[in-house]
Amino acid sequence: MSEQIAATQVEHIARLARLALTHEELTRYGEELGHILAYIEQLNEVNTEGVEPLAHPLAVHNVWRVDEPQPSLDAQQALQNSPATDGRYFLVPKVLEHYDAS
Amino acid sequence: MGPARQLRQQVISGECSAEEILNQTLEAVTRHNSRLHAFLRIDEAQARQQARQIDDRRGRGAALGLLAGVPIAIKDNICTRWGLTTCGSRILADYRSPFDAHVIERLLAADAVLVGKTNLDEFAMGSSTENSAFGPSRNPWNPDYVPGGSSGGSAAAVSAGLVPLALGSETGGSVRQPASFCNLTGLKPSYGRVSRYGLVAFGSSLDQIGPFATDVADLALLLQVIAGRDSRDSTSVELPVPDYVAELEQPLDRLRIGVAAEYFGDGLDSQVRNAVEQAIREYEKWGAEIVEVSIPHLRYAIACYYLVCTAEASSNLARFDGVHYGHRTAERGDIIQLYSRSRAEGFGAEVKRRIMLGTYALSSGYYDAYYLKTLKVRRLLKEDFDRAFARVDVLISPTSPVPPFRFGERLADPLAMYLADIYTAATNLAGICGISIPCGFTSQGLPIGLQLQAAAFNEARLLRIARAYQQHTSHHTRRPELPR
Repeated sequence: MSEQIAATQVEHIARLARLALTHEELTRYGEELGHILAYIEQLNEVNTEGVEPLAHPLAVHNVWRVDEPQPSLDAQQALQNSPATDGRYFLVPKVLEHYDAS
Repeated sequence: MGPARQLRQQVISGECSAEEILNQTLEAVTRHNSRLHAFLRIDEAQARQQARQIDDRRGRGAALGLLAGVPIAIKDNICTRWGLTTCGSRILADYRSPFDAHVIERLLAADAVLVGKTNLDEFAMGSSTENSAFGPSRNPWNPDYVPGGSSGGSAAAVSAGLVPLALGSETGGSVRQPASFCNLTGLKPSYGRVSRYGLVAFGSSLDQIGPFATDVADLALLLQVIAGRDSRDSTSVELPVPDYVAELEQPLDRLRIGVAAEYFGDGLDSQVRNAVEQAIREYEKWGAEIVEVSIPHLRYAIACYYLVCTAEASSNLARFDGVHYGHRTAERGDIIQLYSRSRAEGFGAEVKRRIMLGTYALSSGYYDAYYLKTLKVRRLLKEDFDRAFARVDVLISPTSPVPPFRFGERLADPLAMYLADIYTAATNLAGICGISIPCGFTSQGLPIGLQLQAAAFNEARLLRIARAYQQHTSHHTRRPELPR
């Protein structure tokens, strides 16, 4: 009933999702996603012409609050769970020279 | 341990101190938790400090809150300022929240005693707790069976009598299904009834925090404490919170109960069907009018749900990147490799599967075909419920199509596990409220749950209708036998 998703496409999705998957995982998820998507395709039986999409069950839209400063986490609290900081900033490997938009 | 309302009375009257009740809970945890693995961690110092403070305040004649001295368990995807908040995931194995969730502030203000954090499927993704990075919880009714999920640890803790109350969370049935599997009363409040501030996000348009109790009266007490507007969750609504406890005592007149054939189709276990049909006959006997209604799009609920929840999850879980918090890979590389390896090492198989599916559905070229199409079907499903609730007060159905299953039975096929949510996921998609209450047992002595659903923000009437069943029946009073 289901077609497997092409390996190149699974790799593309994994890259978008920022998941370094093993070959075994790529193969397995390719098969499983094909399976699940084949099941999801049954939505195409439903005539949705003229139906507005429903992203959210409540009829609330923009909810504003007064634009006044309020207390928030201090730097020490914000950094307390980070695996690498210098006490003031989050530390990451150099970004710019390796920048790749994909 | 007695019901929460009774413990509260004992604390207020001085018959029993909050610390004595806490000691009973800790003793029961010591005796049973290693076998059940309901709690991931007990926060004894924190709990004892709260209990002593409550006893002190009572001693000084202060008025005590709605949950005075009542021990409660918290699902480990709800942030607490003390201890850890792991979400059942390796990626958050050491995470310490710098703030309390809104519901935690409410519980503390109501003088509840927060005992510890309970096990769950990783990031609440699963129906059995088998996806927890820290090992599964066991069903107190039979340890060879799953307690349900994803809030399985909270359900097991209440079912085994370790605590009278617990909080879980729901995205597609994660309170109601474990309540059904563990012979408990469990509620999915309407979307917007309880603030999600401090609940680690999974599917933001579906998530709600929900209470577990042994009966409707206790559940109403807990809902009373956690419901209401919070400015930090802009989807929590301004509507006034009814007095759920007082409303339980109001008489029920002109009760109309809807039965939709779509909830009794293929795949429904015959013992579950018999128990639910029996419950329908009993309601009829007590004077309810049984009305045939239809939810034609229910058959698409699982397809719709797994598209919406994975799309939202793929976005919500992007925050776990090995930089701000959580696991970071030890391997060296550039920033993209740091993200990708940290996430691959930190997330379990089901979480990765859902992130992949959601990313696929939102990716360029598929967004219209999958995501938008799904949101249109979601509206049609919600309109089905609107039409039904114009004619009836509640819809009655099974909570789960099957009774509790054995460990490993559904792990091999993710789709088979997803289909277990067939009767619960639509509630979240439509934003309405639903409750699971005990309605019988299988021939092997495993619990069966009855689901009642009502229109959004009709919790008070929903609870009254559920309570009527418990006033006439005794399934909810049965407790599992635990080894000494």
